[in-house]
Amino acid sequence: MPAGTLYRGREGMWSWVAHRVTGVLVFFFLFVHVLDTALVRVSPQAYDDTIAVYKTPLVAFMEYGLVAAVLFHALNGLRVVAVDFWNKGARYQKHMLYTVMGVWVVLMAGAAYPVLSHAFRELFGS
Amino acid sequence: MQTMSSTDSITVDEGYDADNPAPVIEPPRARTGKTPKATRTNFELYGWLFMRLSGILLVVLVLGHLLIQLVLDGGVSKVSFAFVAGRWASPFWMAWDLIMLWLAMLHGANGLRTIINDYAQRDNTRFWLKMLLYTATVFTVLLGTLVIFTFDPNIT
Ligand code: HEM
Ligand code: HEM
Repeated sequence: MPAGTLYRGREGMWSWVAHRVTGVLVFFFLFVHVLDTALVRVSPQAYDDTIAVYKTPLVAFMEYGLVAAVLFHALNGLRVVAVDFWNKGARYQKHMLYTVMGVWVVLMAGAAYPVLSHAFRELFGS
Repeated sequence: MQTMSSTDSITVDEGYDADNPAPVIEPPRARTGKTPKATRTNFELYGWLFMRLSGILLVVLVLGHLLIQLVLDGGVSKVSFAFVAGRWASPFWMAWDLIMLWLAMLHGANGLRTIINDYAQRDNTRFWLKMLLYTATVFTVLLGTLVIFTFDPNIT
């Protein structure tokens, strides 16, 4: 193997990788999610029993991960649109990525309590 | 001293004239009868545009949905059959969920189609992966649509 031929891009490549991974994750979640919602056509008990899984501490952390994936994909998706349609978009793509990451951190911090507090309450008592 | 214009020189050098015209070179992107079927339409352009337009709408629809389901009013703890019955009593939220279902599924499926085209190298693998994707997508979109329209709050 010739050395040094692996392309290791910079911000632009890694944001593309992250956009792809988060898109696939959310799409697979959506398949499961439409199936669990379809249980409302079976019976109220079947639906409530399944939704109980969403309320367990372990799944709460997975929900936080889902929020992380959706938020990154949404914010970076808007950046991709700006790069394509705004005439200064390509010049500011790096600045926009750091803005995306900043907004993402703020929103994730804000989501932590509402999404995770019930898990902590269950794990460590009220 | 004799000078020659560039057009003269071409005529002289190549020997083309009215009886011996230069060959016509098609513009590189012109569509001819020999163009493969897959590139005769603007499908990929519309797909590209759809990803961007649906993405902008999904920001509002999906982030709004997550806010309602996970953040407001006690987060997931409040989700139950009764909660869904309350929401789908309103045509507004039925329409919200229906549009979100269709846009997210088509956006995600088109994204996955791109990814399969990128990584699946053998023609057969690529074909069958896409058939699996389309089957799962059609099934899920129809099931989700049916569930919204046939929801019965008094089911037992
Ligand atoms: C863990 C986070 C989530 C929870 C707890 C949740 C909860 C729910 C609930 C309770 C419903 C029933 C109808 C309603 O109340 O509006 C629903 C429907 C729906 N949700 Fe979510 N949701 C979550 C994440 C998502 C995400 C990330 C997406 C999009 C990618 C999504 C897309 C949908 C769709 C399309 C429907 C309609 C399903 C159908 O037609 O049968 N949800 N969700
Ligand atoms: C929340 C708002 C969203 C925005 C603004 C958004 C934006 C975008 C954009 C602009 C692209 C095209 C990227 C490119 O051509 O390079 C894209 C790709 C993609 N999106 Fe979304 N999207 C959103 C939600 C979703 C959802 C809910 C799903 C899953 C159901 C999803 C799954 C995908 C996938 C799988 C790709 C393909 C990625 C790739 O080719 O690398 N997106 N998104």
